[in-house]
Amino acid sequence: MSAYSATTRNYEAVETRITERAWEFDPPRLGLRAYVTCFDGIVWREVLRYLYQRERFLSALVRPLIWLFIFAAGFRQTLGVSIIPPYETYVLYEVYVAPGLLGMILLFNAMQSSLSMVYDRETGAMRTLLVSPFPRSFLLVSKLIGGVAVAAIQAYVFLGIFYFWEADLPPNAYLLLLAAPTLLCVFLIFNGATERFSEAFVQNCLAATAIAELAVVVGVIYYWQLSAPSMNYIAVLPALIISGLMLGSLALFMSSVIRQLENFAGVMNFVIFPMFFASSALYPLWRVRESSVLLYELCLFNPFTHAVELIRFALYGQVDWTSLAVVLACTATFLGAAIYAYNPSKGLIARRGGPGAGV
Amino acid sequence: MDMATDTQPIAGGAPALLVKNVSHNFGENLALDDVSLEVPPGRFAVLLGLNGAGKSTLFALITRLYDNVTGDIRIFGHDVRRRASAALQRLGVVFQSRTLDLDLSLKQNLLYHCALHGIRGREARKRTGRALQIVGLADRAREKIRNLSGGQARRVEIARSLLHEPALLLLDEPTVGLDIGSRESVINIVRSLVEKEGLGVLWATHLFDEVRPTDLVIVLHKGRVLFTGSVPELLAKTGTQNVSDAFRKITGTGVTEMAA
Repeated sequence: MSAYSATTRNYEAVETRITERAWEFDPPRLGLRAYVTCFDGIVWREVLRYLYQRERFLSALVRPLIWLFIFAAGFRQTLGVSIIPPYETYVLYEVYVAPGLLGMILLFNAMQSSLSMVYDRETGAMRTLLVSPFPRSFLLVSKLIGGVAVAAIQAYVFLGIFYFWEADLPPNAYLLLLAAPTLLCVFLIFNGATERFSEAFVQNCLAATAIAELAVVVGVIYYWQLSAPSMNYIAVLPALIISGLMLGSLALFMSSVIRQLENFAGVMNFVIFPMFFASSALYPLWRVRESSVLLYELCLFNPFTHAVELIRFALYGQVDWTSLAVVLACTATFLGAAIYAYNPSKGLIARRGGPGAGV
Repeated sequence: MDMATDTQPIAGGAPALLVKNVSHNFGENLALDDVSLEVPPGRFAVLLGLNGAGKSTLFALITRLYDNVTGDIRIFGHDVRRRASAALQRLGVVFQSRTLDLDLSLKQNLLYHCALHGIRGREARKRTGRALQIVGLADRAREKIRNLSGGQARRVEIARSLLHEPALLLLDEPTVGLDIGSRESVINIVRSLVEKEGLGVLWATHLFDEVRPTDLVIVLHKGRVLFTGSVPELLAKTGTQNVSDAFRKITGTGVTEMAA
């Protein structure tokens, strides 16, 4: 039987053992439970990785907060926002810009995770993902949703901070709220420089800070008798998920096809900035039309505008049906394109060659 | 069950890995030229070749990073293109590049890979524990990968590749960059898997001292298979005393090229 006559004896000796193994039969079919397991595993890994990379955690939070505290505060008097749906009264600029900043969180995360998926496809983690026996489209969608989960965590932390910012508390309250995180940051920076404490101790500190912060939050809400948030924090979740998926698949498609987008600087210049600024994230579209009709049209065709509007309406428990339709259609299109383009064995990426290929 | 027509019955002795007439090119550059090879179940096969011989391309094709345009690749009779899922369920891979999450613990890394094969809960924890025991790292399950040495991380990757109980293990230069002690332990772990568990192994390397007399040797050079057979056959064919000389003779490479 064996082509290697000189080694037949060896071969037979082990063959008796092999027939005892279960895998002489077809491997078990992958049922629905297995799919759920795989999906959970991929999403959970993304979340874990994000939580364990503390620098990434911090920097992702700081970006929208800078926009909120500095940019929006500066623009407060410059830009008046009149009453347009979904708002029923005049709103402060900070309130107007909050959905745009949520969109920004989704956009940055989408770009970052999709870039790493392209960069890693021949080395590292993406290859072990692709030797999983599940269909590749399923693996990719799970991975994209994992990225959205990470963005959603950031979005909710942002909304939590926004809630207290909006509540306009006396300075003491803010000092109380900031005490634990500040202490933690100082400790982490100190430990980063000296490496004096063990990992386990740092972990305990993180847990202790989280518990302390939670207690402070509950205490502040109770003591100053804060009302419920002005926005609907639950209804916004589906809007965040669909928008995040749309942006993630768009990013994956673009970075699979366009070589020049393989570094983050390129993405910033050619994707993130144009998408973010030519949208309704920072200013209402009727104001844009006053200055330039062309720009207004551009904004209307920007899927990011619709993602932001979807989030904006969802924050008030409403559905902007046009935006929902646009976002859903874009998600389906981009997702299909991304799965096709990314598939290393068939798609555009195979034709383009690897990241190191000088083609 | 659903025995498709392209599946040979295992009782007939389908090889663990069958590569038949596979060529692959990147643009003008022909990386693999009509490559055929066979790894029987329960054998330790060494894929011997210098850097750039096409070993990694071959691995990329077997693991479906690229599709093989020509020829046939089968794992226990399952075509990797048409019955990818069945083929991949039998296949464990240790890639050349590091693939573990540095910031997660050994256990978290392995549980993630259980999930990638649809294994969860108690079963996943059981397999994780057992795999770590096989590679001798059971007591460090809660540590981060970042704190491991290169050799230990390699052993975790072997544990990772065993979680779904594959019958064929591919290892792409698993000992590159390891010190002598770590190399020994990685080799011994894999060899004992072949002996005790009856795994078929394809071990790609350019280090001749990793070959043992009982191994199956496949010499890959510039994208072509120059020799397949046992070590005694290789030595007899080339009339040399050791694998390193035999390799030089069969590929026609001089000492200077070897050092490069």
